[in-house]
Amino acid sequence: MSSSTTHTSTIGAIGAPSRRNTELALLAFAVVIPLFAYMNVGLALDGKVPTGMLGYGLGLGLLAGVGHIVVRKFAAYADPLLLPLATLLNGLGLVIIWRLDQSEKLQQRDNFIQAAPNQLKYSAIGVALFVGVLLLLKDHRVLQRYTYISMVGALVLLLLPLVPGLGMNVFGAKIWIRIGSFSIQPGEFAKIVIAIFFAGYLMVKRDALALASRRFMGLYLPRGRDLGPIVMVWAMSILILVFETDLGTSLLFFGMFVVMLYVATERTSWIVFGLLMSAVGAVGVASFEPHVQQRVDAWLNPFSDSTLAQTDQIAQSLMAFGSGGVLGTGLGQGNSDLIGFAANSDFILATFGEEMGLAGVMAILLIYGLIVERGVRTALAARDPFGKLLAIGLSGAFAIQVFVVSGGVMGLIPLTGMTMPFLAYGGSSVIANWALVGILIRISDTARRPAPSPAPNPDAEMTQVVRP
Amino acid sequence: MNKPLRRIAIFCGLLVLALLARDNWLQYVQADSLAKHEKNRRVTIERYAQPRGDIIVDGKPITGSKSTPGSDLKYKRTWKDGPMWAPVTGYSSQRIGATQLESIDDGILTGNDDRLFFRRTLDMLTGEKKEGGNVVTTLNGAAQKAAYDGLKGRGKGAVAAIDPSTGAILALASTPSYDPGDFAGNTNDEAQKFLDLDKSKDKPLVNRALRETYPPGSTFKVVTAAAALEHGLYDGIDEKTDSPLPWTMPNTTQPLKNEGDLPCKNASMREALRVSCNTVFGKIGSDLGKDKMLETAKKFGFNEQQFVPVRSNASNFPEEMDRPQTALSSIGQFETAATPLQMAMVASAIANDGTLMEPYMVSELQARNLDVVEKHSPKEMSEPLSKENAQKLQEMMETVVKSGTGTMAQIPGVTVGGKTGTAQHGVANSKNPYAWFISYAKTDSGSPVAVAVVVEDSDASRQDISGGGLAAPIAKNVMKAVIDSKK
Repeated sequence: MSSSTTHTSTIGAIGAPSRRNTELALLAFAVVIPLFAYMNVGLALDGKVPTGMLGYGLGLGLLAGVGHIVVRKFAAYADPLLLPLATLLNGLGLVIIWRLDQSEKLQQRDNFIQAAPNQLKYSAIGVALFVGVLLLLKDHRVLQRYTYISMVGALVLLLLPLVPGLGMNVFGAKIWIRIGSFSIQPGEFAKIVIAIFFAGYLMVKRDALALASRRFMGLYLPRGRDLGPIVMVWAMSILILVFETDLGTSLLFFGMFVVMLYVATERTSWIVFGLLMSAVGAVGVASFEPHVQQRVDAWLNPFSDSTLAQTDQIAQSLMAFGSGGVLGTGLGQGNSDLIGFAANSDFILATFGEEMGLAGVMAILLIYGLIVERGVRTALAARDPFGKLLAIGLSGAFAIQVFVVSGGVMGLIPLTGMTMPFLAYGGSSVIANWALVGILIRISDTARRPAPSPAPNPDAEMTQVVRP
Repeated sequence: MNKPLRRIAIFCGLLVLALLARDNWLQYVQADSLAKHEKNRRVTIERYAQPRGDIIVDGKPITGSKSTPGSDLKYKRTWKDGPMWAPVTGYSSQRIGATQLESIDDGILTGNDDRLFFRRTLDMLTGEKKEGGNVVTTLNGAAQKAAYDGLKGRGKGAVAAIDPSTGAILALASTPSYDPGDFAGNTNDEAQKFLDLDKSKDKPLVNRALRETYPPGSTFKVVTAAAALEHGLYDGIDEKTDSPLPWTMPNTTQPLKNEGDLPCKNASMREALRVSCNTVFGKIGSDLGKDKMLETAKKFGFNEQQFVPVRSNASNFPEEMDRPQTALSSIGQFETAATPLQMAMVASAIANDGTLMEPYMVSELQARNLDVVEKHSPKEMSEPLSKENAQKLQEMMETVVKSGTGTMAQIPGVTVGGKTGTAQHGVANSKNPYAWFISYAKTDSGSPVAVAVVVEDSDASRQDISGGGLAAPIAKNVMKAVIDSKK
């Protein structure tokens, strides 16, 4: 805007270098660091370099390489940090899952399976979806067309686990469906689809929501016909999730909804309104849902006898973190398998806490923080409101998910049972999050791509500065 | 839309900051208390992650360690002759916990003791695995075996043997015993075994040598005799005492009876001890009064717990009593109660010419490389009686064995002094009495061993129970084992 010759209409991004080589260099680190971690675990457990190391290195390198080539070719101006950070987390997660596979205590469990090979497979599918997003989605604005289909899609996805014969009840949460030998958690995908719906709807309605409102008790309330559909979708998803006792995802959707509404309307009253609603909702749900009451109880008194009798996961997780201390016990040398069946999924951060210590967990949290902030930056740089809303919705959801899971396993907030994106074992989570990163990369590519140089303006030559 | 976006960015930053703060709280501020939390199984895992150090007798370990595959607790404790050594070692169970030496010196045995810190740090740097140190005991394997074998045939009982010149404990046996190896692991089976033992009415888990107090009966008369000599009531042991027969206890109409028709009228102390006169020693106690009796008893170690380093119960000589009660207490009845260790201390103080050494059973704590971490040096505890009086008492006790109630304890070629005891107990003395024997042996180079034996509730019929018949042979075998092992 400072110079009339560049024809800038948005801030800064135009003319940004592509940074593909930066990404490549970072990717090398993102592959090598988990590789060393893998070796470290092998040495600690068996005293020798693990035999699978070459295969693992090649596998992770291949995934990273494919991702990079596709980005280089189809999203050349994308943010250079997102892919390496996701790869690093995915790689470290694989190492820890493999490490937990070696635990005798977990192997003695009835339904034990080697989780690492599956996770590698899921990661490959995830990267394939990432590639698919970049290949098929040439411009994220295309997604606007699917606003209402997304709405239906999200509700269907959320309803699937309630379909008899398809849904499964695992450890009290009905959030899985089984197709053949695959079990899928549709909620993870619904997260992305519903963000598309919110972004598309809010982009159209944002002015109406922001301006055509009535003042009520100091707050600006929008008209029912503007807010109605979105509140309805949101309320339905929350209701469904309450039926499925998946509280983490309800919280996630709610947070995403509030964030996107706030960004779309630029009205702080939405935050106040959202917090009030969430407080009412939380108290309401907690008062009749025994599942929630247990969790709150376990959070408040992790070491009480009744909690330990119910599930000692939280206590075990806290003790794992405590035993890790500042520097940790070293990879492969902790006992986080005491947490039990969820050690490699919901509670995987506790293993990092024990074996890599405060230092390691802070690093992991900062990596997540970086991903989120790169996502927010993408939203800032995006030139269209739809892209802005979608990017902030996805990164907000990502941030909330990380906060809710880590806060849960660290005893900061009640446990809700979600998975750490990329780190935790679970196909749906890995695949959905790769798709999420794919979309963010697409938006950032569009945002940072230099505008086509303007056609030469024939008038320019003739413009004269007339000095008095 | 950028202003709210920037605010959202700050909000996300705050979320991460909250997580970082929480993490620091958990892993820095609270780390220690969580790591050592009583419910943190890692403490147990760590404890059993390497073979435990050993408890050593006669230079050889009486314990060991066995790897337990399939459990997160990698090594469990094993014992050689578990039931025989249990009163010395205690148990160390992955499920139940540890007692006695296994518990007291747990730090050395696991290698976690702060005194091993320097070594541990070195090992950490050189990549050596952490190893437990050893506890070297003062016990004598042969004596322990003699004690245990002797008791085993007799039902319930206990033996404590001490080296009088140092206070080193040579034998510490208790029956019925238990095999700590039966519940060393972490299985439900083993937990059940422990519960069964714990509930058993024979109380096999109780270390009778240290923790059970019995009325000491006539063996206490040597304490009374020591008090008489020390307080100058009688100077010579062959001097006639002022002892009527029958003797009615002061302030009562109750005569104190002897066991049978004994020549106790005005008997000398030597004679009274030889045949075990209740009247003579009852009157001595009554004449001396409770304060003087209490003073001597306390010098012998009564009314105080001993730590060897395992805690023993305090033996009891009553502090408040009237004259007839003092008379009864002075012959080891009324509320007088003593642990076998206490009575062994009495015998050892007399054998050691009046000097009571502090009893102990751990001579050294070693690091794994045999570096000495701590060494026990013998310490004097008190002087309950003078050398002359001690030698007088020795003469009296030797007479008991030569030609009195203790002839069963004679060892050819060895001077043995002793005192029998048959302690009545139960309501109106209805239960089978406890058979006691305390003694010491003497060779040319002084006294190598003093021993106390108690046999309780023996299956023998009531008349046959006597300290001389039941307990003395066990004491004899223990003393003989010690003397033989010195040769």
